Amino acid sequence: MNCLYCQEVIDQPVTWSTLLHPVHTNHLCQGCRSELQKIADEICNKCGRSSNESLCPDCQQWLNSNDYQSVLIYNRSIYQYTSFMQEVVSQWKYRGDYHLISIFEKDIFEKISELYQSKSLTIVPIPLTRERLYERAFNLSLAIAEIIAMKTKMPIVQALERNSELSEKQSKKSRKERMATKNPFRLTKSLQTDILLVDDIYTTGMTIHHAAKVLKGAGSANIYSFTLIR
Amino acid sequence: MNFTDVLAGKLLLPQEIPLSIPTIAYLQRTNQISQLPSIKQKYNRYQCLRCGNSKQSLFANLPCARCHNRHVYCRHCIATGRVLACENLTIWAGDPPTWPKQIKPCNWKGTLTKHQRQAAETLKNALESRQPEQLVWAVCGSGKTEMLFPVIEAAIKDNLRIGIATPRADVVRELFPRMHQAFPQTAIEALYADSPDRTGTGQLVISTTHQLIRYQEAFDLMIIDEIDAFPFHHDSTLPFLANRACKKVASKIYLTATPRPSQQKQITKKKLPTIFIPVRYHGHPLPIPQPQIEWNLKKKLERGNTPNALQQFMDNRPNIRQLLIFVPSIAILDKASTLLNAVSVHAGDPDRKEKVLDFRQKKLDILVTTTILERGVTFPSVDVVVLDAGHGVFDEAALVQIAGRAGRSPEDPTGEVVLIHQGKTNAIEQAIAQIKMMNRKGANL
Ligand SMILES: [Zn+2]
Ligand SMILES: [Zn+2]
Ligand SMILES: [Zn+2]
Repeated sequence: MNCLYCQEVIDQPVTWSTLLHPVHTNHLCQGCRSELQKIADEICNKCGRSSNESLCPDCQQWLNSNDYQSVLIYNRSIYQYTSFMQEVVSQWKYRGDYHLISIFEKDIFEKISELYQSKSLTIVPIPLTRERLYERAFNLSLAIAEIIAMKTKMPIVQALERNSELSEKQSKKSRKERMATKNPFRLTKSLQTDILLVDDIYTTGMTIHHAAKVLKGAGSANIYSFTLIR
Repeated sequence: MNFTDVLAGKLLLPQEIPLSIPTIAYLQRTNQISQLPSIKQKYNRYQCLRCGNSKQSLFANLPCARCHNRHVYCRHCIATGRVLACENLTIWAGDPPTWPKQIKPCNWKGTLTKHQRQAAETLKNALESRQPEQLVWAVCGSGKTEMLFPVIEAAIKDNLRIGIATPRADVVRELFPRMHQAFPQTAIEALYADSPDRTGTGQLVISTTHQLIRYQEAFDLMIIDEIDAFPFHHDSTLPFLANRACKKVASKIYLTATPRPSQQKQITKKKLPTIFIPVRYHGHPLPIPQPQIEWNLKKKLERGNTPNALQQFMDNRPNIRQLLIFVPSIAILDKASTLLNAVSVHAGDPDRKEKVLDFRQKKLDILVTTTILERGVTFPSVDVVVLDAGHGVFDEAALVQIAGRAGRSPEDPTGEVVLIHQGKTNAIEQAIAQIKMMNRKGANL
């Protein structure tokens, strides 16, 4: 069998666990596996990034913003956004190599249950715009949400829609501009439960906060988020 | 816009067609384009009709938001664009392309040597009769680019389309300006990943073999460089791409300095018409490698001790040339460069380009390298040493190429080539036999 990412041959010890649970299969070679950097134990309590302060400067700013201070309880993630991860994401998301999701299944399975206190969450994946969804043919956030749902048995509800005109690239803007941008999300189903928002990457946090705000406004009490990468 | 110019000979994914949706619909209505399936399924086995891949592990499923089915896509050709089973590939079915008429397209003012001239004539005849295949077995440093000018000129005069495919982007980048200089009136484009010289409308297309993935029945003349080189001889989809890019009736010219054993077999059986260029353009014979046995060589290298044979060679050689030392692995590379207090270079080296340039400009006396410098690079005056020449990475072709680094310039047409080994391999013997055979052929001309 070959490494899913670099095609290098890997020796896969066949055990009962790999036969019965394909999720436990090792999809990466040693080299690629060692490049995947997980987030260590010391994190920012709010956004879940590696940090030795319990609240990072970015999150401090979110807490100072009247609009967004109370919309999100916290975010948790598994991997750091290293340059290797950037390459993997570019093949996965932009080139559209859906299959790379298998690389992450095992870690999501092992980690997800311990991240949130509440056990009755509704999973809401961050949607793409209609055009983007057509172009990519799949939504990464939904793919991640499906793995979480498989493990936790929590329901997925696609309760949000994304407006294309308001969805410009966030990272090209200054922080102030970002905070002031119009919210691209719209509610399509109203939910009264606690919510777990799911996305692939948390970079500026704007996307998650926008989505959380819409859901909060519609009456959800507690909103958490999970992104694979922070 | 002339649709023929942008679409003729192409095989494109929907997102690769540089036209608006209404225009594409119009072309379809008027039968100027047609659609082909992208991934074929037969008895549960898939084949990608874009790249030719039929290795099942390189097909994966995705839940498709376009057609709302779960179906396969090809992972083999994803670097040049993802192909979904639910989409079609588009080919041109309208008028064939025409190019501006040229009376004298070639602007090259040099003269060919006698051997180059003979080869050039053979190639012109092969094209004229649309002979399907012609191999050119030309030694390292024979001047094969110039030798191609006459046949390319003939093709341009005949309003034909020409492809040059090579395994390496470096070679495309190097050939592009030379071809442009030789054929200033001809539309030429250079294709490699992120190439700035991609126009989509070239009469002469210089391309990495991988980039031929967007062509089908495009070329009347296809020149395939280094058919023996990795990955061409290794990845069966690359010959597939090169063949598909040719028209049904077309001439293919293969270039090599070191044919693989399977190709040599075809040549001896006369199944592949072959012309030899056994002499370098400066007319001097190829330097013959000198094998040198060294007991416990591998151990010495691992421990970081200087092999006696290397020490002796270094002590006795006149210091007029630079020294290029080939090693089989990165581990030995580090050991050898420490030992000799010399700069080293390998494929993943971020300073690779600078180091090679420094060596070329003679700022370095010694360069220790892995096989990355075995072909394609020319230094005017070097001696060459191969450490652990019996190692598996040094196959016959590699050793012939490495030996071919020496004696490249007319000012210094010789050079020492020393193969230090712990026991002679077939590869060493065959490489030496091959070089001697070419020198014999050269002497008999
Ligand atoms: Zn934070
Ligand atoms: Zn393919
Ligand atoms: Zn589909």
